[in-house]
Amino acid sequence: MTVHSFQEHFDDLIDREVTIEPKDWMPDDYRKTLIRQISQHAHSEIVGMLPEGNWITRAPSLRRKAVLLAKVQDEAGHGLYLYSAAETLGVTRDALYDQLHTGKAKYSSIFNYPTLTWADMGAIGWLVDGAAIMNQVPLCRTSYGPYARAMVRVCKEESFHQRQGFEIMLTLSKGTEIQKKMAQDAFNRWWWPSLMMFGPPDAESPHTEQSVRWRIKRLTNDELRQKFVDVTVEQAKVLGLEVPDKDLKWNEERGHFDFGVINWEEFWNVVKGNGPCNKQRLETRKAAWENGQWVRDAAMAHAEKRKARKETAKAA
Amino acid sequence: MSNSNKSEWPLWEVFIRSKAGLDHKHAGSLHAADAEMAIENARDVYTRRMEGVSIWVVESKNIHASDPDEADSLYDPANDKIYRHPTFYNLPDEVKYM
Amino acid sequence: MNSTKKLDYTLRLADGALILGHRLGEWCGHGPILEQDIALTNTALDHLGRARSLYQYAAEQFNLLPADDKKNAFTSVAIQNLISAGASVDEDDLAYLRDGWDFRNELLLEQPNIDWAYTAARSFFYDTFNYFFFTQLLRSKDESLSAIAEKSLKEVTYHMRWSSEWVVRLGDGTDESHTRMQQAVNELWMYTGELFSMSETDTTLLKEGIGADLAAIKPLWMERVRSVLDEATISIPVDAWMQHGGREGRHSEHLGYILAELQFMQRAYPGMEW
Repeated sequence: MTVHSFQEHFDDLIDREVTIEPKDWMPDDYRKTLIRQISQHAHSEIVGMLPEGNWITRAPSLRRKAVLLAKVQDEAGHGLYLYSAAETLGVTRDALYDQLHTGKAKYSSIFNYPTLTWADMGAIGWLVDGAAIMNQVPLCRTSYGPYARAMVRVCKEESFHQRQGFEIMLTLSKGTEIQKKMAQDAFNRWWWPSLMMFGPPDAESPHTEQSVRWRIKRLTNDELRQKFVDVTVEQAKVLGLEVPDKDLKWNEERGHFDFGVINWEEFWNVVKGNGPCNKQRLETRKAAWENGQWVRDAAMAHAEKRKARKETAKAA
Repeated sequence: MSNSNKSEWPLWEVFIRSKAGLDHKHAGSLHAADAEMAIENARDVYTRRMEGVSIWVVESKNIHASDPDEADSLYDPANDKIYRHPTFYNLPDEVKYM
Repeated sequence: MNSTKKLDYTLRLADGALILGHRLGEWCGHGPILEQDIALTNTALDHLGRARSLYQYAAEQFNLLPADDKKNAFTSVAIQNLISAGASVDEDDLAYLRDGWDFRNELLLEQPNIDWAYTAARSFFYDTFNYFFFTQLLRSKDESLSAIAEKSLKEVTYHMRWSSEWVVRLGDGTDESHTRMQQAVNELWMYTGELFSMSETDTTLLKEGIGADLAAIKPLWMERVRSVLDEATISIPVDAWMQHGGREGRHSEHLGYILAELQFMQRAYPGMEW
C-alpha cells in the first residue's frame, strides 16, 4: 500500500464511523491533534483539582468534606485515564507534564479563576462540570478508541459531580439571606468564564471543521455554548438565581435564548497567562511534581534492588 | 521531546474480573514501580477498592499485539509494543477548544 | 457503666480519625504521582468515614446524658450555646464546634505532613496501632463500637500495607529517601508512646469489656514495627522521651491551626445548613 492508500483506508474507516485503534495507521495530523486535545483535557483535570482542593480543609460539614475529597480525587482519576489514552499515541506522561510545566501546553482557562467562598464549590460543580459534560458526552463516541473509552469512564463520574454542585447551590439558595447572597455572588463570577469554556466563536476556530470530521469534536463551540445556555438558564430559575446578563432573553424564532456579548479580550488574556491564578496554579503543579521526584526515584531504586535480590537468590 | 523522565515508573496494563465467573477485562493502564504497587494502584484507581475482585497487571512492554488486518508490512514501523510509538509532536501555543 | 467515659473514648477515636483524615486530605492534588495521590485520598476518605460513624455514635451518647453532664462536657461558647438552648448535637457540632482543649486525638496525628516520608511514617505508626486495636475492639461488648471495628479493620489492614510498603521503599530506596525516612522516624518516635498509655478511661472500659487493652497491644505493635523498620534499614531511636497530652486535650500548636481551617465556615456562619 502507498501512503495515499493508507489515507484512503483511514478516511473510509472514519466515514463509516469505525473506531481507530492505537496500531492502526493514522495521519500525522490526526495523531498530533489527538495528543494535543487529550493532553489539554488531562492537564485541565489535574490543574482543576487545585481550585476545589483549596476548600477541602475548610468544607463546612463532614459530609461535604468527604464528597469534595472524593470529587477532587475523581479528577485525578480522570487525568490518569486521559494521560493513559494519550500514551497509546506514543507520548509519555512525563513528556506531557513537561509541556504543562514549561507553559507549552494549555489547560482550561476556567481554572485560572480563584475560589473565594464555599459557594464556588457549588458553582464549579454546577456550571463548570456542567459545561464540561456538554463537551464530553459527544466524545464518548469519538473516533479514537482509547480516547472514547476513557471518556465513557469520565462521563459516568462527571454526572455525580454536577449533581453535587447543584445540590450545594440548592442548599444555599434555600438557606439564609447570606447564603443566597453567597450563591448569587458565585454565579456572577463563574457564569461568563463558563461560557468561555466552549472556546472562541466558530468563525475564529479554524480547526473545528477537521475535528468534527474526525469525530474528535462532534458539535461546534457555538452549538455547545448555546445548548449550555438554554439548559442552565432553566436550572438557574429552579435555584431562584439571576443570570448575570441583562441581554439574556428568549428568542421565539430561534427557539433559543439570546445572550450578551462575551468578553473575548478577557478570555485571550487569561489564555495568555494574565488570569488571576495562572502563575499560582502552574507553580503549585510544578512544586508537587518536583517535590515528588525523590519519592518516585526512591520507589524505582527500591524496585530495582528487590529485582536484583530476587535474581541473585535464583542464581544461588 | 522531554528529558524530564529520568526514571518514569513503568506503564502497566490492568485487567479486572469484577465478578466471579467472568473473564478478566482490560480496564486501563497506570504507572507503578513494581508489580505489587501496580496491583494496589489498580485497586485504588480502577476499582476504588471493591472487595472480591481479581486483578491482573502486566507491564505494557510485555504485551504483544497483532497487526490490524489491513496494515501492510511495507508500512508497519515494526512496533509490536502498543504502548509506545515514536513520534514527534508539538503543542501549538494557540489554544483550541477550551 | 460510666457513660461519660465511653463518650470520651468514642470521641478520642473520632477525633483521631478526623484529624489524620484532614491531614491526609491536605495532600490531595499535591502528591508525588497521580496514582499515589488517588491512593492516599482513598485512605483519607476511610478515616473521614470512620470519623463520621464515631461522631454519630458520640452524638447519640451525648444527647442521652443528664443535663448536668451535658453542661460541663465541652468548653467552647459555640457548643455551650447550643446545649443551653436545649438542642441536641450531631456529628458536625462535635467536629466543628468544640475547641482544641476538648479534642482527644493523640499528638502523633496532628503533626504536619512535611513530606512523603513523614506522612508515610506517621501513618505507619498509627495504622499498625489501629490494626491491633480494632482487632481487639471487634470483641467489644458495645455493639456499635464492635460494628465500627469490623468495618475499620478491613480498611486499616490495607492502610497498614500501604504505609509499611512506603516505609520500606523509602528506607531502602535512595540515599536521600533513606535519610528522610530515618529523620521522620526519629522525630515522630516520641509521639508513639501516647498510643499505649492506659488512662482511667481505658482501665474502666477495659474492665467493662468495652475498650481495648493497650498494654497488650504494645508488644505486638513493637514487633511489627521493628520488623518493618528492619526491612527498611531504618534504626529505632533509643531512650526517647515520650510526649503525652493529646488525649487529655493538651495538644501541640499544630491542632489550633488545623481547627482554625477546619471549623472556619461553621464559626463564621453559625447555625446554617450546608
